Amino acid sequence: MSTIISLPDQRTARIPKVNYLSKENGILSWLLTGDHKRIAILYLISLSFFFFIGGALAGLIRLELLTPQADLMATDTYNKVFTMHGVIMIFFFLVPSVPATLGNFLIPMMIGAKDLALPKINLLSWYLYMAGGLLALYTMATGGVDTGWTFTTPLSTHYVNTNVLTTGLAAFIAGFSSIFTGLNFIVTIHKMRAPGMTWFKLPLFVWAHYAASVLMVLATPVVAIAIVLVALERTLGIGVFDPTKGGDPLLFQHLFWFYSHPAVYIMILPGMGVISEVISTFSRKRVFGYTAVAFSSVAIAIFGFFVWAHHMFIMGISNYAVIVFSLLTMLVAVPSAIKIFNWTFTLYKGSITFETPMLYAFGFMGLFTIGGLTGVFLGVSGTDIHLTETYFIVAHFHFVMVGGMLMAFLSGIHFWWPKMTGRMYPEKISQLAAVVTFIGFNFTFFPQFILGTLGMPRRYASYPPEFQILNVFSTAGATILGVGYLLPVLYLVWSLKYGQVAGNNPWQATGLEWQTQSPPLTENFPVMPIMDHEAYDYEWLEAQKEKEVTSVG
Amino acid sequence: MSEQNEHAHHIVSPAVYAGILLALLVGTAVTVWASYIDLGEWIPLPGLVIAWNPIVALAIACTKATLVVLFFMHVKYSTKLTMLTVFSGVFMFLVLVGMTLADYISRAWGRW
Amino acid sequence: MSDNSPIAHGDAAHAEHPAYLRHHFNSVEQQADTANFAMWLFLLTEVMFFGGLFTAYLIYRNWYYPAFVAGSHQLSIPLGGFNTLLLITSSFTMAMGVWCAETRRKSGLVLCLCLTFILGLGFLGVKTVEYSEKIEKHHVPGFHYSLSSFLDPDSDAAAKAAGDKPMALDMARHTEVYFSLYFAMTGMHALHMIIGIAILGFMIVRAQAGAYTSGHVTFVENFGLYWHFVDIVWIFLFPLLYLISRH
Repeated sequence: MSTIISLPDQRTARIPKVNYLSKENGILSWLLTGDHKRIAILYLISLSFFFFIGGALAGLIRLELLTPQADLMATDTYNKVFTMHGVIMIFFFLVPSVPATLGNFLIPMMIGAKDLALPKINLLSWYLYMAGGLLALYTMATGGVDTGWTFTTPLSTHYVNTNVLTTGLAAFIAGFSSIFTGLNFIVTIHKMRAPGMTWFKLPLFVWAHYAASVLMVLATPVVAIAIVLVALERTLGIGVFDPTKGGDPLLFQHLFWFYSHPAVYIMILPGMGVISEVISTFSRKRVFGYTAVAFSSVAIAIFGFFVWAHHMFIMGISNYAVIVFSLLTMLVAVPSAIKIFNWTFTLYKGSITFETPMLYAFGFMGLFTIGGLTGVFLGVSGTDIHLTETYFIVAHFHFVMVGGMLMAFLSGIHFWWPKMTGRMYPEKISQLAAVVTFIGFNFTFFPQFILGTLGMPRRYASYPPEFQILNVFSTAGATILGVGYLLPVLYLVWSLKYGQVAGNNPWQATGLEWQTQSPPLTENFPVMPIMDHEAYDYEWLEAQKEKEVTSVG
Repeated sequence: MSEQNEHAHHIVSPAVYAGILLALLVGTAVTVWASYIDLGEWIPLPGLVIAWNPIVALAIACTKATLVVLFFMHVKYSTKLTMLTVFSGVFMFLVLVGMTLADYISRAWGRW
Repeated sequence: MSDNSPIAHGDAAHAEHPAYLRHHFNSVEQQADTANFAMWLFLLTEVMFFGGLFTAYLIYRNWYYPAFVAGSHQLSIPLGGFNTLLLITSSFTMAMGVWCAETRRKSGLVLCLCLTFILGLGFLGVKTVEYSEKIEKHHVPGFHYSLSSFLDPDSDAAAKAAGDKPMALDMARHTEVYFSLYFAMTGMHALHMIIGIAILGFMIVRAQAGAYTSGHVTFVENFGLYWHFVDIVWIFLFPLLYLISRH
């Protein structure tokens, strides 16, 4: 099979002696760093850690659901398990995943800057993330919380005596981490672009992060105040969500979902940015309809603010509100679809090769499309009434989040691994892992669509026996999926020492980050670049290859 | 020389600030005074009652806030980006309030 | 053509590269611009943060208007109005402080910052008086909340002065929602004031050392933005909480 991988001669190639990893040594140089690349690596390690904890919790869920009875754990414990799975996966993995690792690492390089605009705030973001994460772990260790990650009132304020406050605080702190990351990106993208780097020469990865950052900055504070009000309600009984005192429990849901719907776009947009880069590189073609893809990122961000009550169709909002939000939800599907069309047209007549990042990208396109389409079924209020709070919803969001976002994350990690570490990962085993993940994913989550339409409710430890066979399929798939996620950890760590030396541009990609050494210098570029060509300009790249500057030192 | 360029924008004079202070103090006095007067209601449609007092109070508050934003916070002398940022904040706030109201107005308005 | 080699802070180099220019920026304009934009974005997050509280307020005021009226009558307009004057004046002194920094008047800057500090403290002092009054009268939600002022207005000086009529029990209970929002909103505002005053204290020390009057006004300017924002929140809180209906 053909490949575009182009590595330097391994007999003489070496990792450049001076790079951001070797520049300084010692734990303090990492814990007090201002270098966006080191912070990205710190995030990568901590995110992976939390991902596996969330994954272990998922394993427990699937294990319980092997049998119709609640026999593995008490139902209250099961509630805690799925709640913590949701809290950790959403707040401590998905929301920061691509932005905090790949975004942090690459955005300054992609725009031709030396660092993000606010390096200390960047480091603060990581510390806040760690504080929130450790608090979440503490919560788990001291009995967990069982309200579901959505903290619905009045259950969370009046009817449980689990760790709602500490979990809320953990989410609050993680929210500020997210806000500061988004703030940093917006300022950086506006103010730190290299000469010649106009908005429409930016890689689409940057546009996607810009849109996600606007969401982070504007939406996250609303969930922060919602959490504060829940805390006040729980501790002081202020009555703001308590019907007996005249409060409205739905108000919490409005404030909560005002963030949590844009949150799903915060999660997916950076992943879509990755896919734009990967699909272009592995089709050797500029992204079709650059402007449309750029503006669709912004459109998703803007429209994403107007649809939150589609999570509340059955909660007691008025029929009028249902109609309004349902209509707007139809609208928000359009920009996402535009991206899928544009990526497809990018592939058309491209020179496609199937390296690992591209395999994950193909997986993304298929699975995100299915997830997105099922979202439309849920946006239509008539069908939503039957499908909501069933496994259909669970399958829908896992298709977009895991089949979509997580695959995009893995695609990006593999794509930029040579840039971040200077080493290539082993291609064959990584392709195997990608295929195993895809198969495992489908086995795990496709049966859940069927379960949902048949009526199996979500968040229940027990279910009618006729659903067992599909649940067994799902759990079997989950096992395969687990293997698929474990393999990358193993071979990526292996590659740090034994992987082939990658050189500047193993993928022969366009983009400023590929025109400098791998791993990069601390200041990213020896000489500040001037952007004199369009994005995804493969002709320019051909001309460049003649006069490529390799490593320094 | 380069250090002076930091404020290539207009340095707002104390006279302007004093004028704005005066306007704000007057606005405060007016809003307190207006709250003691029953400004009545307007009923454009049966069942749709618009009381003027809260509208006047909010209008005065918005005017005061606008003066602070434009002059004390220098937005009048700032870049278009700053203006855009302010507008997007106001817009998002209005979306939050307005679209939440879409639910409450049609479900439980003026009820107790 | 910025590079990362240590810049010699000799005379010629110094003019090009002030000590406060961070190395990832190309120029002081870029740095100042960036910091300013970042502060505005932070203020956007604050707008949305308070926005949730204003949304809650709007809904409950519509639902329980009589309770909100009665609750509002419990607040003292002279104290609230005085506080408003204090805060608006402190905004003025803060703006003057920024002007002093921009025109390199060190003693003027220190004076303005001190005045702002004192006015801010004054605001918090008045707030303390108001809060203690609420505590005394058992109008703090959750802490032995008392309905007697609303069921029997003649027993309460403030309610009597406002001419309140006795309220039905269920509406009287909703005054607790009013006070929840009162404490949440003014409390959150006061928290922001406390943080602001603490930073002001730090700034006064630094200003006295001349840190802000040698061309690098970014910190003062951006703090000014924060302080004005806190003022704006109060500009809305005052009529919404204190002036609901006095006729």
